[in-house]
Amino acid sequence: MNVRRLFAMAYKETLQIWRDPRSLAIALLMPLMQLVLLGYGVSLDIRHVPLCVYDQENSQQSRAVVKSFVSSDWFSISRTIHNQTGIDYALNRDQCIAALVIPADFSRRLAATGTAPVQAVFDATDVNTTNIALGYAQGVVAQTNAQIADGWAATHGILPSLVGQVDLDPSTWFNETLDSKNFIIPGVVAVILALVGAELTSLTISREWERGTMEQLISTPVTATEVMLGKLIPYFAIGFIDAGFCLVSAVYWFGVPFRGNIGTLLITTGLFIVVVMGIGYLISVRIRSQLGASQIALVLTMLPTTLLSGYTFPIDQMPAPIRAITFVVYSRYYVTILRSVFLKGSGLSDLWAPLLGLSIYALIIIWLAARAFHKALD
Amino acid sequence: MSAGAPAVLAQGLTKRFKAFTAVDHLDLRIKKGEIIGFIGPNGAGKSTTIRMLCGLLHPSEGRAWVAGFDVDRQPEAVREHIGYMSQKFSLYGDLTVRENLLFFGGIYRVPRRDFNERMRFAVSMAGLEGRENALVRTLAGGWKQRLALGCAILHRPPILFLDEPTSGVEPEARRRFWDLIHELAAEQVTILVSTHYMDEAEYCNRIALIDRGKLIASGTPGELRARRLRGELFEISCTPLGAAVKVLTGTPGVVEAAIFGDKLHVVLGEGGISATDLPGYFGEHGIQAGPAHRVTPSLEDIFVQLVSGRRERRTLP
Repeated sequence: MNVRRLFAMAYKETLQIWRDPRSLAIALLMPLMQLVLLGYGVSLDIRHVPLCVYDQENSQQSRAVVKSFVSSDWFSISRTIHNQTGIDYALNRDQCIAALVIPADFSRRLAATGTAPVQAVFDATDVNTTNIALGYAQGVVAQTNAQIADGWAATHGILPSLVGQVDLDPSTWFNETLDSKNFIIPGVVAVILALVGAELTSLTISREWERGTMEQLISTPVTATEVMLGKLIPYFAIGFIDAGFCLVSAVYWFGVPFRGNIGTLLITTGLFIVVVMGIGYLISVRIRSQLGASQIALVLTMLPTTLLSGYTFPIDQMPAPIRAITFVVYSRYYVTILRSVFLKGSGLSDLWAPLLGLSIYALIIIWLAARAFHKALD
Repeated sequence: MSAGAPAVLAQGLTKRFKAFTAVDHLDLRIKKGEIIGFIGPNGAGKSTTIRMLCGLLHPSEGRAWVAGFDVDRQPEAVREHIGYMSQKFSLYGDLTVRENLLFFGGIYRVPRRDFNERMRFAVSMAGLEGRENALVRTLAGGWKQRLALGCAILHRPPILFLDEPTSGVEPEARRRFWDLIHELAAEQVTILVSTHYMDEAEYCNRIALIDRGKLIASGTPGELRARRLRGELFEISCTPLGAAVKVLTGTPGVVEAAIFGDKLHVVLGEGGISATDLPGYFGEHGIQAGPAHRVTPSLEDIFVQLVSGRRERRTLP
């Protein structure tokens, strides 16, 4: 390996990236776009579920129940309805996801027995949302129950503490606010880096074939290793710039708490960039058209990273065969590392298992990449 | 490379692409400082041969040595000693003239103290003074070709392979290009240049005629002219040309008839029809023809005869 040739190669590649609108867009615009799309578009939290209310009684007590739904922030009233068919209509027209029905004898039964049923109807076409909304509704009702029970006990001369109540006092660690954003955004960083890294390098060798410059290049004494390293150095720098942008945005824009150590973050991120860029480079060596190479890079990064890295779908919940497959999905290691570094403040020694996975991956990719490119036309 | 050793030596060099044999047991010996022209139609195997000699394609059979190094076993050593210009223009169009030269200078490790002087030389050779900062894709064909040559000789290689360097370049630029090649040869650079322009063959010290992957003749232009034509060559204006060739095919005394520009070239052997009989003979077949003139054969005539001779032999049982 010769430093002069390596430098010539890296300098030339930098100039080409700088003058290629496609590479520039991938390097600079894509991270921003993805961050906005994925950062805002993907959220597992549900707020302001549209709720229709059919209050048949309209008493002070029934209104108190409705109010407890609204003040929870989980629901917001999209319509008030005055007959039974109105519920069908509203659900059919997607005017609400849930409908709350309070019977006409609500406060009379409450006064007599201390309990009174209310009905909630859910549009269950989206099972996930329905389940979450149902959970919220139960939460709201439980809270209301407690208040009413206290009130009922008081009016019947019983001390409130004697009315049997069991409270669960949950304690959540690492993501205290149970904000799904804190869980999603580190994953988004992994998705962006995987996509951008592999897309960029997938163009590098195929560009030389496509433009016919490869034949001249391989007629020179430059070695295959010099070509590989010379080409990857500028992309590695771009990868770090993009990583910095994403990580800073995660903390200062999306407000994800960062409890770890910058050094740990840089080392693991560098390792991940090596892996994704190596994969892009391998694709580029095999596929001689830029479009083809970038399509394959898209499929090989975006799909496994979004589906199998645990970024949105928890790996624990996957069927065993699929779970086995996730071990070859390089991003699963990085997603785990990022979440732990961000939320738990884990250091390198805590992360030995995913770090080992990622390191083995990087070694294999480097080994394959170094052997992939041959200076020959056949 | 010892003093008497050939710059390029090929023995039984063969390249097959699946069932197709592009180069078929080619033997070649090029002396130092020689300009050798590879002449042949498209698809004859010229580019494939050059690519094997540059170590870009692995020979299927046979061996070759360039500057004393085995092209298949020591390709990197070969590449240190050669300059190569591929058939398709292959500098970086999105880099400037200076950036391309800087890149190849770095890749060839041109000594830093020599670099500025060599870059100036390359720029002036290409006639690109004052345009060092122009993107290469904006240059016209002739300038591009000369700049490609400039990049290929930045490291002062003793051997140059130029694959159809003048194709698609206007005649004036082609002339200038050949002047450059002769200047390099004067400095003892060995040059192998392929072309399908027959007139360019005359500029070479020696010619290798290649057809269907085989070397069918080689020698100086004079030698080829003297020994290859089996008869005397006549030029005759006639219309229609295609019908005229058909009429002559199989006529006794006619060795060869081929269209040459807007005229017909006929080689007449001993016995059979004579040159003075030709216009009348054409008239009998409804073809208008002027008188036949004796002409000195060009290399194209030689080439046509050699190639058609091979094809006839091949079709015989």
